[in-house]
Amino acid sequence: MFDKRVVLFMGHYGSGKTFCAVNYALALAKNGKPVTIYDLDIVNPYFRTVDAEETLKKAGVELIVSPYAETNVDIPAMNAASYKMVDDRSRYAVLDIGGDDRGALALGRFYEDINKENDFDCLFVVNPFRPETRDIDGAISVKNEIETVSRVPFTGIVNNANLGKETNIKDILYGKGFCEKLGEKVGLKVKFSAVTRELCETAKEKIDKVLSVDPIKYGDWL
Amino acid sequence: MSEKVLMKGNEALAEAAIMAGCRHYFGYPITPQTEVAAYMAKRMPKIGGTFLQAESEIAAINMVIGAASSGVRAMTSSSSPGISLKSEGISYLAGCELPALIVNVQRGGPGLGGIQPSQSDYFQATKGGGHGDYHLIVLAPASVQEMFDMTFKGFNLADKYRVPAMILADGTMGQMMEPVSLDANAVETYDKSWATVGTGKHDGRNIINSLSLSPAQLEEWNISRYERYAEIEKDEVMYEEFMMDDAEICVVAFGIAARVSKNAVVAARKQGLKVGMIRPITLWPFPKDVINKAADKVKAFLSVELNMGQMADDVKLAENCKKPVYFYGRTGGVIMSPDEVLSALNKIEKGEAKQW
Repeated sequence: MFDKRVVLFMGHYGSGKTFCAVNYALALAKNGKPVTIYDLDIVNPYFRTVDAEETLKKAGVELIVSPYAETNVDIPAMNAASYKMVDDRSRYAVLDIGGDDRGALALGRFYEDINKENDFDCLFVVNPFRPETRDIDGAISVKNEIETVSRVPFTGIVNNANLGKETNIKDILYGKGFCEKLGEKVGLKVKFSAVTRELCETAKEKIDKVLSVDPIKYGDWL
Repeated sequence: MSEKVLMKGNEALAEAAIMAGCRHYFGYPITPQTEVAAYMAKRMPKIGGTFLQAESEIAAINMVIGAASSGVRAMTSSSSPGISLKSEGISYLAGCELPALIVNVQRGGPGLGGIQPSQSDYFQATKGGGHGDYHLIVLAPASVQEMFDMTFKGFNLADKYRVPAMILADGTMGQMMEPVSLDANAVETYDKSWATVGTGKHDGRNIINSLSLSPAQLEEWNISRYERYAEIEKDEVMYEEFMMDDAEICVVAFGIAARVSKNAVVAARKQGLKVGMIRPITLWPFPKDVINKAADKVKAFLSVELNMGQMADDVKLAENCKKPVYFYGRTGGVIMSPDEVLSALNKIEKGEAKQW
């Protein structure tokens, strides 16, 4: 699973990009890889990678994020150290990019170098329980909109089918089928399915590529 | 496949407005409400509706007045500073007796404040905000599902009583994602023969206006509107009671603060403290009677809010000084934890808390 140095997570607004990126970075670290996660989200005011700061730190994952994330400074800023993702080839780079084509705009400064190095996976995160990617056509149009702006071609799909705390194994299997169908239409393979720890064992019996994920803890009120 | 979808509160609210028949949205972007406008911008053109980003909040609310005058379901949404700008227009809506939906996804204030969640516009929403004798119907959702359901409710009540209604949410309600069932709620239709749709379509002239040249007439308008307010207070109060049967301390909280408090109530029960909660769903009309009745059973009230203490005043008025009222809150965009609420409850129990 960890064959590429740079891994980009892009997708529809609210599809679970931060969630997948954080868990993917943690999995890389667990496998002994030096990894930095770059928060390039210029869309979301709340629910950012910084919510997982402690967990990432403990696992030895370096976090590069706008110093203004989750403060009251309402500007779409990126950390200047983000250049490291293309400058420092000794580390794995996991990129958490904001939703939709608006979020993909953040790649404008980096896409040339990423394409030139050509050691990347660009993953389209899909949750078919999000209204706008509920059908294949909806998912395809989101994919096309993002690619037009990001100028980095998608290389795979992540099945992140979930209904928050109400997710069950059926939902994940539905998502796998959905993503495979989508993949056939657009010529991409499903890279993995993101499955929460408690559903992992059951999922592994039915799905070959599973990434065990833990929710990011936001607050006791959620 | 499950019938639910995963949505942000802002998106669920926007979709509900469309399902409730709203085809006229006028807005201006502001965090943490922007997804409402973004969703409308995407959806409205596809269904023959109007999404219009006005040049300012003031322009947007005046467009709502225009659209509502013609009898259509119209809405606007914003966040705290934007609602202040809209307040003149909201007063005009009330004065013109126009139904419309105004959404406030609150952030920290006063002034430009910040973009993190807050409930510090309670006074503004329930006590006026704009000038003159008027009330808004104020609904306070506490989940993404309620963001969806309350939007139908808001439009229905506004049409029923010819008053503007407000959804008073906060940043977390707007931004958080939860599974939501998009089953359409009832869309009620009421007579709108007052609408200015052209003299060919109604007898004589219909006039939408809040100006009166005669003080006596203006007084008459106000009195007749307050008669409707009295009906609303009698018939439309909504609240949720949680573990109130044998409660000795009653937490009063709405929206996000109610979600935090619910956890604190459960934790307090585990400690053996008999705590319950009343969650106002309508902030105006305020559930005065249920709080007043609770005052005969409980020994204290704790108002929990994301502000410096605003609803606490209404709790005190409602329970009519029968029992002591206490307050716990965080402000500026900080959300309290259940532990903090629990320790406020423990202080009350030990007699260490200061009364509101």
